[in-house]
Amino acid sequence: MPEPISRDTVAKVARLARLDLTEAEVDRMTTQLAGMLEHFRDVDALDLSNVQPLNQPIPLTNVLRDDVEQPSLDRDEVLGSAPAAQDGRFRVPPIIGFEE
Amino acid sequence: MTRRTVVDIATQVAAGSLSASTVLEENLAAITAREHEIHAFNLVTADRARERAAEIDADVKAGKKVGRLAGVTISLKDNMCTRGVETTCSSKILAGWKPPYDATVVRRLADEGAVFVGKTNLDEFAMGSSTENSAFGPTRNPLDTSRVPGGSSGGSAAAVAAGFSAASFGSDTGGSIRQPAALCGLVGVKPTYGMVSRQGLIAFGSSLDQIGPFTTTVADAALLMEVIAGHDPLDSTSLPQPAPQLTSVLANGVKGLRIGRVADMPEGSSPDVLARLDAAFEALRAAGATVVDVKLPSMSFGLTAYYLVAPAEASSNLARFDGVRYGLRVDAKDLNAMYGATRAAGFGDEVKRRIMLGTYALSAGYYDAYYGKALKVRRLIADDFAKAYAQCDAILTPTSPTVAFKFGDKTSNPLAMYLCDVFTIPTNLAGHAAMSVPFGTGEAGLPVGVQVLAPALGEATMFRVAAELERAS
Repeated sequence: MPEPISRDTVAKVARLARLDLTEAEVDRMTTQLAGMLEHFRDVDALDLSNVQPLNQPIPLTNVLRDDVEQPSLDRDEVLGSAPAAQDGRFRVPPIIGFEE
Repeated sequence: MTRRTVVDIATQVAAGSLSASTVLEENLAAITAREHEIHAFNLVTADRARERAAEIDADVKAGKKVGRLAGVTISLKDNMCTRGVETTCSSKILAGWKPPYDATVVRRLADEGAVFVGKTNLDEFAMGSSTENSAFGPTRNPLDTSRVPGGSSGGSAAAVAAGFSAASFGSDTGGSIRQPAALCGLVGVKPTYGMVSRQGLIAFGSSLDQIGPFTTTVADAALLMEVIAGHDPLDSTSLPQPAPQLTSVLANGVKGLRIGRVADMPEGSSPDVLARLDAAFEALRAAGATVVDVKLPSMSFGLTAYYLVAPAEASSNLARFDGVRYGLRVDAKDLNAMYGATRAAGFGDEVKRRIMLGTYALSAGYYDAYYGKALKVRRLIADDFAKAYAQCDAILTPTSPTVAFKFGDKTSNPLAMYLCDVFTIPTNLAGHAAMSVPFGTGEAGLPVGVQVLAPALGEATMFRVAAELERAS
């Protein structure tokens, strides 16, 4: 089991998750996540060495359909619910050029 | 208040002896009288509902064939997409969003003549066990407004318990239908994974989520399951088979069925709940079932595995809320800054906590220690159930360790809140069927729910047991 989660790790995970946490939130989250992960140590009591992970409760093989055109969502209706749209596309802020 | 059941409404409206508009107006009157103190809904769609009820009444009058749910009033958890009708997941990040399509379940209900009354409150993105985590304020339990209705589908449970609609739908990822059903004295069903389409259900834990009904009777739940279940090509995890026949098995009784009692059940249930569970075993025995002891040694590890698996899946699913395609955007100088600011402003504390836990559990260096191990525990639980179901046809447990608790009782300690789901979570991990049936009352005269568990696709057996418990209660 890894070391208890550190404040630095919490701050790094917040960046990975694209969540701008306040300093107070990082503090609180460090305590709470450490508590939950500590609880996870319960499973150390189990021998899991020969156990296969279960990803899907009811396994299905790949589900394919014929590659034929079907009606899709109405573009104007979809773009109409976006925060910003222009020329039939989603409009976003600059993607590059402002990295610190 | 006289309660109209789904079956009564559908039968009488189709026969022309009751009008859909009459049913709807009764529900709207109840909403006017009590919704201000209950807060079951994020949105009441009274105008649309009146139009729909009038259409159905006109069809009946004109002698046209109407659906199996003609005039049945239904509330929908606000994480199911409804075309052109605001769908929020009780989150600021989706406030104001109107989906461009209907969820498959919504379409199937509408096609059979259901009348939608509104969108119900939930713990934000279905993360919680009390509906205290909604960005729009908590829902109160109609049986005692100082207590929670359970969660996360608390609004859907409260809507039926308060007589705001004949039935409602919720989603169950770790108990979010069964636990509020128990706390509000209702029937609540978590179908076998893949039996009901998830298309249009805003995803929380994709390998765990299922939609299911809240009703006042077992027969109502059986009818609604027959309408919503069955293969959907739009959901790639939908099982390739038709809806089960459930309404026809309810009178079959339980003679000859083997009912499992979990000998090594996790501790912590209150005595009033355990007394009702004992009474439920007695009732089934008296009706001709045998009670057998089974063991589920990994059951108590379910909670631990779930609180890694569900947040991991949620952290991935909720990545789509980024201020680009729908909902809230907080403007910032570049795209990354916009993502971070939007998500910080749009998500509440519990959602942030689970995204953080899930992101951590999936991140490089920690995957094997946490997520990988959790998936192995999930296998052990499924194996335990397989062994148990070799000896019995269904298993009974409490649904919730206690009756409805008071507001604020568990909000300061996330782990205490998570323990509400100790009996419900293992089913989701295994992908099996389960339902809660009201079976008498406990502390303070509040309802106690008994949980009936059955193996995957064991719905017919599960409903037979549930119907017997209903007859005995």
